[in-house]
Amino acid sequence: MAQVKMTVNGKPASGEVEGRTLLVDFIRDTLGLTGTHVGCDTSQCGACVVHVDGKAVKACSMFAAEAEGTEVTTIEGMAAEDGTMTPVQKAFQDFHGLQCGFCTPGMVMSAEALLKDNPSPTEAEVREYLKGNICRCTGYHNIVKAILAASGQDVTGIAAE
Amino acid sequence: MPKDGGIGASSKRREDVRFLTGAGNYTDDINLRGQAYVHFLRSDVAHGTLNSVDTSAAEGMPGVLKVFTGADFAEVGGIPCGWQVTDRHGEPMQEPPHPVLAQGKVRHVGDPIAAVVAESREQARDAAEAIEVDISDLPAVMDMKEALKEGATKVHDDLTSNLCYDWGFVEENKGAVDEAIKNAAHVTTLELVNNRLVPNAMEPRVAVGDYSRGTDDSTLYTTSQNPHVIRLLMGAFVLGIPEHKLRVVAPDVGGGFGSKIYHYAEEAFCTFAAKKLNRPVKWTCSRSEAFISDAHGRDHVTKIELALDADNNFTAVRTETYANMGAYLSTFAPSIPTWLHGTLMAGNYKTPNIYVNVKAVFTNTVPVDAYRGAGRPEATYQLERVIDKAARELGVDPIELRRQNFITEFPYATPVAVEYDTGDYNATMDKLLEIIDKDGFQKRLEDSKARGKLRGLGINCYIEACGIAPSNLVGQLGARAGLYESATVRVNATGGITVMTGSHSHGQGHETSFAQVVADMIGIDESMIEIEHGDTANTPMGMGTYGSRSIAVGGSAMVKATEKIIAKARKIAAHLMEASEADIELKDGQFSVAGTDKSVAWGDVTLAAYVPHNYPLEEIEPGLEETAFYDPANFTYPSGAYACEVEVDPETGKVTIERFAAADDFGNVINPMIVSGQVHGGLAQGIGQALLEQTSYDADGQLLSASYMDYAMPRADDVPFYQVDHSCQTPCTHNPLGVKGCGEAGAIGSPPSVVNAVVDALQRAGHDVTHIDMPLTPSRVWAAMQG
Repeated sequence: MAQVKMTVNGKPASGEVEGRTLLVDFIRDTLGLTGTHVGCDTSQCGACVVHVDGKAVKACSMFAAEAEGTEVTTIEGMAAEDGTMTPVQKAFQDFHGLQCGFCTPGMVMSAEALLKDNPSPTEAEVREYLKGNICRCTGYHNIVKAILAASGQDVTGIAAE
Repeated sequence: MPKDGGIGASSKRREDVRFLTGAGNYTDDINLRGQAYVHFLRSDVAHGTLNSVDTSAAEGMPGVLKVFTGADFAEVGGIPCGWQVTDRHGEPMQEPPHPVLAQGKVRHVGDPIAAVVAESREQARDAAEAIEVDISDLPAVMDMKEALKEGATKVHDDLTSNLCYDWGFVEENKGAVDEAIKNAAHVTTLELVNNRLVPNAMEPRVAVGDYSRGTDDSTLYTTSQNPHVIRLLMGAFVLGIPEHKLRVVAPDVGGGFGSKIYHYAEEAFCTFAAKKLNRPVKWTCSRSEAFISDAHGRDHVTKIELALDADNNFTAVRTETYANMGAYLSTFAPSIPTWLHGTLMAGNYKTPNIYVNVKAVFTNTVPVDAYRGAGRPEATYQLERVIDKAARELGVDPIELRRQNFITEFPYATPVAVEYDTGDYNATMDKLLEIIDKDGFQKRLEDSKARGKLRGLGINCYIEACGIAPSNLVGQLGARAGLYESATVRVNATGGITVMTGSHSHGQGHETSFAQVVADMIGIDESMIEIEHGDTANTPMGMGTYGSRSIAVGGSAMVKATEKIIAKARKIAAHLMEASEADIELKDGQFSVAGTDKSVAWGDVTLAAYVPHNYPLEEIEPGLEETAFYDPANFTYPSGAYACEVEVDPETGKVTIERFAAADDFGNVINPMIVSGQVHGGLAQGIGQALLEQTSYDADGQLLSASYMDYAMPRADDVPFYQVDHSCQTPCTHNPLGVKGCGEAGAIGSPPSVVNAVVDALQRAGHDVTHIDMPLTPSRVWAAMQG
């Protein structure tokens, strides 16, 4: 067991971990931040995406020990203290970009990272970027629409609600 | 104008904020003080004799509390099956035992052999590796037709063969159907496979068992679509715990699609072990484990014949299907290829003679049960594919051939025992052709050609039966459960309402749409209503959510309970205003006396019910809480028409979905935004089945597609924006909301349009291809093009 220290959602966080402890398990089990989800064990589904030093990372693809000294942001760290959601979170609600909610934290964290790098992506760019995030509920229609809307683009021409 | 609240409004979902901010409460988020962890050691061979399981080394490993094997469950019941099918000869199906942990034999890769409970997840996993299992391999029974041959290896030694049942429907019609096919002007025959799918809800299954020594109460937290059903099945048939000593909680559940209907061994194990060890016991399924332990879906091999007369009227349909049951009978498995499949073989058409034969077969594979649509996608796929093939053989327009044979008068009793109450198949077809912009197809075809691509248009119809019921009918058909739904409406003193429903929401947005219904009926704001579901401790006995039943059956129960509330509230209001009850009107949450300016607010009435100082105590009881159970008179029959436009790359065989349109008739719609979302999700699953998803076993029974590296889930760039429409509405005639249900339509209606479109594209390009089995991977399409 070893001690790791990092900053999570702006606050210092530390704990004892085994060498094999994944970052996602540290976040969920040690820190009790259960908004980050585990949907697979092959780093394919993206339900566990968090930001590490500002970059989107699948938290199952990194050991907790590797996150020593980093700044980690999880879904719990996105909305403002008063509960005001980010434009991406708000767009997901406005455009029905989630159903069961399980993939949603990872989707939001990926979308936030995409818009940071590419503030006005095309539909094709959004779809390409989301290849690492699997959703089984929405058929992606409203997720893509929500992300385009969050980027400030007009989505009224996109079919149906 | 769209409404801003109540029935018909696209109210934003209230559940979203918690999911978007990481504040959901899924089963794996539940951690109980002192909890231990279980890891299941699963069979890595498909079929074998279990000679011994030596747990001694594992028991000595750090943190291990106990290692369980099949012997620990000798006194406990097996996992029950909830539906008994009677075969063509009037005999009951063959029903093998299904032990919680393997006893004597292992029957599929993933069959649980032993379970280690330890202080930590890692310790349990490490110790499981130290268990020594001695298995003598037996030949794996994989191919259904081979499995039924004389002398085939048996999956279950105590059964007479691998045949679960040989079902004929309607058996008495077989002679007439054979005769009609013999006398037909044209018969189109198609043999096809409905590929095995893995449901893959994004949240893997989780179970946490808890036991209170002080009260002898057991609690199970589980990822379930129907906690009451689990309580009944597990309590009564497996562990012998009466329902009043067993609580089952299904909190936020991350998708189900059928896979979380069933009672699974792991749930029984955690509940059992928690009591044995007097510790909470938690199991979190990994995705790799889910592939070999969640019930799979589909897996039919079918031959269908469609007979037509000289005027192209359908005269008969005859089918023969082999349906894979897997190694054991999952909870509702026997009903899927029979009552949820055979009864839909009329489709949208007035075919007078229909006969369906289904042979259900045991194999050394994961059990197969309902997956989104369940039986109805299999029926729709074969019927809509054979119609398309017939149109091509006859050189007629596939849309006109369908229109010519549409059922146009309702109610319509089909030759396969169901009665469609309403529908308008021409209306949805007209709407479809508008939203797919069929008139623009020729231009798009030329554009594709200019880019060196083949383009095709595929169209089909579907009908489904959902809101499955009534209970007395399904009982005759072999269901070992009722199929009603329940709701308790509890009005609080200050006017807020808590609705406790037996339905369960795992993505469908009930917390929003159910509240819209009650708000609309009373005329109060939706925010005054809370929907509770998922906990057997505070909800009335309900059958849960599957088969697109929640709004049609659960919503109706809620309407009935709310009607009782309003009736009682009117009596209270009449008393408060010293008026006759007959003169009381309720509008926008105000009770008034007709023709006067006298009124009392909703809150005045609710307060009077709980502070009954001025109250008709001699006539009615205090309080304002009502429960209703609703048992439907019939199924509901959503229907629609779907269209898909594909491009095929002639160099690689790669298919891309360029356009997809769905025109559905769901009857009345409560929340159009949610309904569209349900269709979108179903379409992606149907497109996934048609193009991507393939559950592959090798000849030894090893699952080759056992992770997201190998099982191709649809991703964002595999699908387009969809055109969906549900403005064609023929309300259901027998439920109070006039609703039909929308959860499965997308997955039922979409596979045939994708395949029809690819065949269309290839034929337009001169390839003599009449059928390709799903999934239409590039290699299959390319191979078909090579002839």
